[in-house]
Amino acid sequence: MKKFLLTASAAALALAASAGYAAARDQIQIVGSSTVFPFTTAVAEKLGQSGKIKTPVVESTGTGGGMKLFCQGVGENTADFTNASRAIKDSELKTCKANGVTPVEIKVGFDGIVLANSKAGTVVDLTKEQVFKALAKNVAVDGKVVPNPYKNWSDVDASLPATKIEVLGPPPTSGTRDAFVELVMDAACQEEVKAANEKGCGEIREDGAFVEAGENDNLIVQKLEANPNAFGVFGFSFLDQNADKLQGHKIDGVEPTFENIASGDYGVSRSLYVYAKKEHVGVIPGMQEFIAEYTSEAAWGPDGYLADKGLIPLPDAERAKWAENAKALKGMGS
Amino acid sequence: MTNAISSFGAVGRPVSIHTDDAAKVRLKGRYRTETWFKWLGAAAVALAGLFLVLLLSTIVTQAIPALRQNYLTLPIDLSAAKVDPAKLDAANYDAIAQEALTAKFPDVTSRQDKRLLRGLISTGTGVFLRKDIAADPGMLGGTVDYAVPLDDFADLYLKGLLADVGSDEAISTSVTPSETSGDIDLTFGDDAMLTLARGHGATEGENGMLTLTSGASSLLVAFNGGTVKLTALSPGASGTAVAKGTVIEALDSTAPAASGQAFLRVIDTPEASRKISDKMIVWLDTLKSAGLIESRFNSIFFFTGASREPELAGVWGAVVGSFLTMIVTLAIAFPIGVSAAIYLEEFAPKNRLTTIIEVNINNLAAVPSIVFGLLGLAVFLNFFGMPRSAPVVGGMVLALMTLPIIIIASRASLRAVPPSIREAALGIGASKVQTVFHHVLPLAMPGIMTGTILGMAHALGETAPLLMIGMVAFIVDIPGGFTDPATILPVQIFMWADFPEAGFQQKTSAAILILLVFLVIMNAIAVILRRRFERRW
Repeated sequence: MKKFLLTASAAALALAASAGYAAARDQIQIVGSSTVFPFTTAVAEKLGQSGKIKTPVVESTGTGGGMKLFCQGVGENTADFTNASRAIKDSELKTCKANGVTPVEIKVGFDGIVLANSKAGTVVDLTKEQVFKALAKNVAVDGKVVPNPYKNWSDVDASLPATKIEVLGPPPTSGTRDAFVELVMDAACQEEVKAANEKGCGEIREDGAFVEAGENDNLIVQKLEANPNAFGVFGFSFLDQNADKLQGHKIDGVEPTFENIASGDYGVSRSLYVYAKKEHVGVIPGMQEFIAEYTSEAAWGPDGYLADKGLIPLPDAERAKWAENAKALKGMGS
Repeated sequence: MTNAISSFGAVGRPVSIHTDDAAKVRLKGRYRTETWFKWLGAAAVALAGLFLVLLLSTIVTQAIPALRQNYLTLPIDLSAAKVDPAKLDAANYDAIAQEALTAKFPDVTSRQDKRLLRGLISTGTGVFLRKDIAADPGMLGGTVDYAVPLDDFADLYLKGLLADVGSDEAISTSVTPSETSGDIDLTFGDDAMLTLARGHGATEGENGMLTLTSGASSLLVAFNGGTVKLTALSPGASGTAVAKGTVIEALDSTAPAASGQAFLRVIDTPEASRKISDKMIVWLDTLKSAGLIESRFNSIFFFTGASREPELAGVWGAVVGSFLTMIVTLAIAFPIGVSAAIYLEEFAPKNRLTTIIEVNINNLAAVPSIVFGLLGLAVFLNFFGMPRSAPVVGGMVLALMTLPIIIIASRASLRAVPPSIREAALGIGASKVQTVFHHVLPLAMPGIMTGTILGMAHALGETAPLLMIGMVAFIVDIPGGFTDPATILPVQIFMWADFPEAGFQQKTSAAILILLVFLVIMNAIAVILRRRFERRW
């Protein structure tokens, strides 16, 4: 027993020591947005199947968390790519630069943010203004800014059903939330609210009408199925994959369909990005192969496999431009 | 005190406080309380059992479809013109398999339809084909019948999980087609079809015209060896009905089908609301009735790594990752935990310091597991620079989490060894170390083992601490060592539950079942060890 204990502890020590001297990394590490995650993983898997390189490891950390890990510095212990459901912020770029990281920006496609409910619920035709009035923390009533008094959709506009306002949406840490605030709440902000508080437009009510449902979009889908009166705010790919259970609603008269988002008619859509670390090209094997695979027509083209996963492709000219940029490894701010 | 046994209120005797009427009421009340408690206890157990059965039955019924996968057997042309035996990697295996499939449906010509048809088989087909050819080059040189996995939607449809399959019903009137392919007109002998279409969500237009949009149920008419999908209906001359339709599968002839010779199939779920189109359904049914589709044991699920395609996703990568992580956890937590317990129990002086240590070990056992994850991130990754997503780091974090559990269990079983054993050993001249390692520890070992296994089972089910150190990641390759990126079973379950594709729902339940099986096995081993080796004094 004594011997066993000794060998076991020796083994444990050896194991712990060996970990410190890990061999050079030969596998790409990717972090970032949960919205881009399904697309990046598909590319990673395709590349792994081809046998050219080891399949990259993809983590879903959220856009902000990904940026933090990505901009941490250069070296084997830092991520090679980060997914982002918004463009990199100036402050993040500054951190990157300070740590010697040069990001190469690749815009990979669009994602629509949809307002959807269960097929058992009613179909509504909303405007951004109505969504703002239903969800903002403070709204203007008769020229005065007051805490949101609306309880039912019919209070917002007489044409809407007399059901309780109940919207499930992403928490503030989510890129989807950022985009929703920017594209709907800020865009449709009432003058009085803006005048009263510069940041007041982006504040979403906290009295129970808007429920933060976590980053797990699947959970929102299940909750919507259970409650036909509730609405959900999430990415188009989830609506696309759950078309048998959910229906998307028109916003400003445009239906959230693949075609409408691709053409830019649907107002609530955002761009998705992948950032590559220029310093790691040639150091970590497969960086260029990964960029080439992501920007190939077979992946991000209109008939590519990413479109099957719900990514909405960029227009032809833009795709060509971004592919060119990526190929040339044009770093940001350099 | 009078004789309480025989004096139940007997006449003439003094009544005791134990036997008077008030006592009887009290007694009754006590019995009632006891009955109540028994019933409540039984109800609580029954409720818990009910929930367990409910949980397990939901998981099992959801998991069962994932255990089988439908395969399509295709004659695949592997002649030298397609695959050069000297350059196996240069061949486009996906295209070869897709050609074999399109050859089955010569009528499908448009680009869009071909794309739909190709979508019936898994996108991993080429990879499987390449692997099998590499393993058995004898396949090359001719045409072989090869079974390819179906795509997740096709597979779910055949399992009846995607849409109502609908049943064929004979049409009790004659049907006359105008052409054998393309967009055609169908003439029905009576207008019963109009009523039927109205009942299935057709949109009413001018002149009694009924349009079947993608939001209405699908009406498929099968006759003359082909299938036609109805798109619009209108009343015809003298009580007949005329329908417009698209031929999905070409008809043999334009001869009228007599009453009872044509079959109508209604798929209630509108085409727009399901992930499988009418065309794909007809093609799948044709392939199925030709006996080319068979349902097999889903070996892909058990023996491959993760994938974004539900039909290609497997748990093996996560099982191996769990195994590697558990080895590290055991190798660290067991020796350290047992040594610490022995020292604290047998050697350490009983003073204020050891009391503080003891209290803190108990506190540590109650710390939420995410805290250990943060510790791992701060210490192992950021300070020591260890690799992200590696089982060695995961194992170390989980070892920290299991240590207090092992220490507490080990101390308890050491304490359970009677002092007489120690005294006897010391009495015949054994040293303190000899006493502990030769006599006390072997007797305490079954208890220690049980505690360790339960601690490990606890660690096996943890997700939260690994979130921080990058083990919650999409990792396809099967990990080959302690520093390779890996994920573990509970994390795999968590990730699959989050994927939007419907096919992952069954996979999630099946993976839960596998995890439960592992946990049950570990707990069973713990019980067996305790039963067989435990000694009581």
